[in-house]
Amino acid sequence: MNRVMIALALLAAALFSASLLVGPAGLPVGDSLVALWQGGDGPVAMVMRQIRLPRAILALMIGASLGLAGAAMQGYLRNPLAEPGLIGVSGSSALGAVLAIHTGAAAMWSLGLPLAALGGALAGVALVMGLAGPRGGSLTLILAGIAISALAGALTSLVLNLSPNPFAANEIVFWMMGSLADRSMTHVWLAAPLMAVGWVLIGTLGRGLDALTLGEDAAGAMGVNLPRMRIVLVLGTACVVGASTAVAGAIGFVGLVVPHILRPFVGARPSRLLWASALGGAVMLLVADIAVRIILPTQDLKLGVLTALVGAPVFLHLIYKTRRDGI
Amino acid sequence: MSLLSLSELGVILRGRPVISGVTLDIAPGEFVGLIGPNGAGKTTLMRAALGLIPAAGHSALGALPPAQRAKLAAWMPQSREIAWPVTVETLVMLGRVPHLGAGQRTTPADRAAVESAIAQMGLGPLRHRAATRLSGGEAARALIARALAQETPLLMADEPTAGLDPAHQISTMETFAALAAQGKSCLVSLHDLGLAVRHCTRLILLGKRGGQGCVVADGPPADVLTPERLEEVFGITAAYLHTADGPLFQPLRITR
Repeated sequence: MNRVMIALALLAAALFSASLLVGPAGLPVGDSLVALWQGGDGPVAMVMRQIRLPRAILALMIGASLGLAGAAMQGYLRNPLAEPGLIGVSGSSALGAVLAIHTGAAAMWSLGLPLAALGGALAGVALVMGLAGPRGGSLTLILAGIAISALAGALTSLVLNLSPNPFAANEIVFWMMGSLADRSMTHVWLAAPLMAVGWVLIGTLGRGLDALTLGEDAAGAMGVNLPRMRIVLVLGTACVVGASTAVAGAIGFVGLVVPHILRPFVGARPSRLLWASALGGAVMLLVADIAVRIILPTQDLKLGVLTALVGAPVFLHLIYKTRRDGI
Repeated sequence: MSLLSLSELGVILRGRPVISGVTLDIAPGEFVGLIGPNGAGKTTLMRAALGLIPAAGHSALGALPPAQRAKLAAWMPQSREIAWPVTVETLVMLGRVPHLGAGQRTTPADRAAVESAIAQMGLGPLRHRAATRLSGGEAARALIARALAQETPLLMADEPTAGLDPAHQISTMETFAALAAQGKSCLVSLHDLGLAVRHCTRLILLGKRGGQGCVVADGPPADVLTPERLEEVFGITAAYLHTADGPLFQPLRITR
């Protein structure tokens, strides 16, 4: 298990460095690293510190967040098809962002969009928690999440439908595909504290998730406080997914595919899967973000499109393999 | 004081009273079989006693904070849910969850408890197998081992012998009897009255009166399973023989 973690950590570190060294500017490796380290006002330092560094950091943080939240969600619901978006955070966060673009708040103030997205995430979570109630099984949580997702999706379509000009509509569509292009350190500082809170919250769930392997009744009798666990899970997921969506748009499939791929490597234990998935998510998003820059450097291929394009076939393959194994 | 102590326990589920007025105590060293027809409220009674569902009246265990209760009572639910393909060893180790502090790693004592539970249930050859790939009976034994690894003075299990072959049914009952002989308390719901009569030191018979479950009889097996009660509660006749090999119980006919 430790070998898996070390391998993933090394891979993430290598990809993080690679992410810093890849870009349309085509800077020499040595110069870039010196500029990154020393700073200054030169163009190389600007590119490294203000364009590539925030992009690499965001890929790392968002990937880790989505992987971690996905593993926690699958463990809590005891369902390998669960993903962080299931509780409606992504949808409501996207709605907030779309409203900001539509009303022009995003154009007036650079933080308008991420803050609106966070507000949307918060409102969505409040609604889900209100709908699902303080007690009750995981089924009510899924149903409430789906209801809120559907509502947020419908309202997003409505905003798109009523969009006053094609440019706003275009911007909304692009934003919903997810991207890390042109993000700054401001975005990093906006997302980091919220994500850190989410990581800590979800990090406390490991043992309870292990116990839930035997079902809610057995876990309850083993002293696991299920209502509290549910609140912590929902709040933690809202923090990490809300912050991710706020700064990078909608990026799907990471939280679904990564835990699924890594589960056999950690002996299927939910607590171990949490941190392996966080590293795996970071690896997947760093790879995807490097790939969008290499594959079509001139066309601005969107990150969310690539993760879905890669994620869906991988997932299909996994389903096929599962079926062949006769489960 | 006994661990499992209920007074006037009642449960209302979805507006319907399921059990009411249950008062009983289980002393250390007792192996109690909880019997009764389907729907009499055996599972509900045990879940309410553990405080897993809201209940009227008083349950000593139910009144405890969950973390403290988990060190006193182990519970094996009827549904044999195993969500992930963890190894049998990992599954049994889950029984140590109540004994570990936040972030604490397993100690030699935890591993010893797991080893002993694996040995008691004869799971040695299966320890590295994925728990989701076990047969029904093997999974049942792994889950009993999980409950044993919790090392609590009280063990509660909901139909632990269902789906086991005769040899494993007997060895499971003997495991509970041995725990009781060590001074622990065991409360086990059973449908096989023959097993209950042979192995339990005491039977609690739940039956329906006025649409809700209540304790119809409570005592040594021979006193509880009288022909009148079998007729009233189960609607059957049965042969109850005292042989040199111990008591024998065999249901015979339906009377209604």
